[in-house]
Amino acid sequence: MAVLTYREALNDALREEMERDDSIFIIGEEVGEYDGAYKVTKGLLEQFGEWRVRDAPIAELGFAGLGVGAAMAGLRPIVEFMTWNFALLAIDEVVNAAAKMFQMSGGQYNVPIVFRGPGGAALQLAAQHSQSPEPWYSYVPGLKVIAPATAKDAKGLLKSAVRDNDPVVFIESEIMYNLVRDEVPEEEYLTPIGKAEVKREGADVTVVCHSKMVHQALAAARALEKEDIDVEVLDLRTVRPLDVDAIVASVKKTNRAVVAEEGWPMCNVGAQVVDDIQREAFDSLDAPVARVNGLDVPMPYAKNLEKLATPNADHVAAAVRHVCYAD
Amino acid sequence: MAQLSPTMEEGKLIEWKVAEGDAVAQGDVVAEIETDKANMDVEALGGGVLRKIVVPAGATVPVGALIGVIAEPDESIDDMLAEARAADGAGPAEGPAGEPDAPAAEPEPAASAGAPEPAEPVEVAAEPAAAATGDGAATAAGGRIKASPVARRMAAESGIALAGLAGSGPGGRIVKADVEAALAAGAPGIAPAPGPAPAPAPAPPSAAPVPPAPAPLPPGLEDRVEEASQMRKAIARRLGQSIGPVPHFFLTTEVDMGRALELRADLNARFADGKIGVTDLLLKATAEALNRHPGVNASWEENAIRYHGAVHLGIAVALAEGLITPVLRDAGRKGLRQISVEARDLIARARARKLAPEEYQGGTFSVSNLGMFEIDQFTAIINPPEAGILAIGQTVEKPVAVDGQVVVRKRMRVTMSCDHRVIDGATGAAFLGAFKAMLENPLEMIL
Repeated sequence: MAVLTYREALNDALREEMERDDSIFIIGEEVGEYDGAYKVTKGLLEQFGEWRVRDAPIAELGFAGLGVGAAMAGLRPIVEFMTWNFALLAIDEVVNAAAKMFQMSGGQYNVPIVFRGPGGAALQLAAQHSQSPEPWYSYVPGLKVIAPATAKDAKGLLKSAVRDNDPVVFIESEIMYNLVRDEVPEEEYLTPIGKAEVKREGADVTVVCHSKMVHQALAAARALEKEDIDVEVLDLRTVRPLDVDAIVASVKKTNRAVVAEEGWPMCNVGAQVVDDIQREAFDSLDAPVARVNGLDVPMPYAKNLEKLATPNADHVAAAVRHVCYAD
Repeated sequence: MAQLSPTMEEGKLIEWKVAEGDAVAQGDVVAEIETDKANMDVEALGGGVLRKIVVPAGATVPVGALIGVIAEPDESIDDMLAEARAADGAGPAEGPAGEPDAPAAEPEPAASAGAPEPAEPVEVAAEPAAAATGDGAATAAGGRIKASPVARRMAAESGIALAGLAGSGPGGRIVKADVEAALAAGAPGIAPAPGPAPAPAPAPPSAAPVPPAPAPLPPGLEDRVEEASQMRKAIARRLGQSIGPVPHFFLTTEVDMGRALELRADLNARFADGKIGVTDLLLKATAEALNRHPGVNASWEENAIRYHGAVHLGIAVALAEGLITPVLRDAGRKGLRQISVEARDLIARARARKLAPEEYQGGTFSVSNLGMFEIDQFTAIINPPEAGILAIGQTVEKPVAVDGQVVVRKRMRVTMSCDHRVIDGATGAAFLGAFKAMLENPLEMIL
């Protein structure tokens, strides 16, 4: 098996799908000539030409809408937002057009579109460019929202997203493009949408997380081995629809849960997860479910403040100790 | 093992009424179990075949333990049995009449429980287990016990009373670790170790102390240890919870029974059907006195007093292995004849251990008579949550002074025990005086 970076895995997924199905095209800012703002689309313009890899002007609402129309007309667009923060300018096309077209048209129009790009904080991108988009889109019926944490999941889930006939919001991460690398199968594979995965088995507590927080949770788990606390890390992979069965099964096994997420605390994905746990696994709980989130402030620019505002492995470990009555 | 009364923590399987392999229909009686109060039938909740008897006759297991499996003939029950075996660490305790061929029921001494069991909850199959959560039994007098949901469930399924545990969580919350520690240290239902059974507090799972071997006695003089019957355990537990927390005080008086006994003889001569007994008279007088002194027909309830709307008299009945107190309901509105008929029926069924749970619960005041044992006088312990009990001694002929003359009269001493949180001296005395007055002048009862 090859070891690929998250970026390389995404690049492979795009290439393989575009080779497989020529109704797929990519549109976004800098995706072609520049090989992608983050090089995720590197080499694709050269291989597939300008009708399948389309550079767009700085007009998110415009090219997102173009994508929706193309999808309704029978193509399979992949719309790249340079970051999900910019997608706020296009949110009407994602939420009001893509998500609802199938229902509003009485089933006449599927919208097989993938909106993808990096989300969450990176390195001093400051207030307007560090938002976690999952909660915004998980709120909307008609969308699927995916946030893989590993290169292997990124490739398998992007391929599944492209083949899905409904709109998908696909959330990557600038930091993970380089720093996450893991084994990726060389043969063709698809990762199922809507299925969480236990990244680390444990007996004492379940940490439910996604995207970058999975790596923080795994680091916390390693550190907590020394304190004799055995942590199970459950990577949601797909945020909408939530794999409630997997969450509940894990909590029933461990009796304790921590829900860790990078974004702001109010009404985020974790709030929903906590409700599912308390409702479905009430009799299995030994302690109230703990949440780990970013601080409820616009992301500061100053490096030291950004560090304070962003959750990390120490925060996850502290929450784990708390639910284990070990603090 | 279903929880058939709020105070039941374990049950003894007396007898299986069907054998392994027999077909069973919903509603069929499959076993008889001895609870802390009476013997009860266990009915099958669903039809099928009795595939496996898990708890043999003669064994005692905690409420919630798997006792048998009813399933389709070809259904796999291995998972259920494995889970029950894994969770049931110690296995059922052998009763004195343990079957010699009981399958693999080694009593595991509490001392050897080094690592606590992972405490997987025990699944109860095809049993009337709906009441097994038994939360009512776990609330302390005076408020809600804080316990995490999983701790609550584990305690209920293992028959451990939450009230006996100290919680190590925030605010005294009882958590999973506390229940696990209690299970490891040995809670009721696990076979007794050579030492005393440890209390279900979160003690570290250390070995129960084994007393040093005593010097050998001549044959025939050794100690004999007999496992307490369910009834004996219930008496110990209930009355231990009474005399401690309930502030008792006692009032004694002597009743002239002449007229009462004449009345009785008269009634029995007049009405050949059904004999009125002395006890019936005492019950009627008690009920009447309670009607007139409702402050005694009450219960203490955490900074409040509950005045009961009706009089439900508990009648203490001696049994070979202990005592039970069937309740004659609404005695305050029943005539002497009806009281007599009902009391006789209750007492007979109490002796046959055939009382339904609602027939020995819910009393508001009790009467206990040891006169037939030639006891002159005694003090009884109040049955909680009642506030009083009358202890009746024997009626004897003795010389008393009446109007300056010494005459021989039939006299009976009565001692009333009162809960001082509910009844003060004067109230108790007024009640006792009324009781005495009505026996000495029975016509007063019709006023």
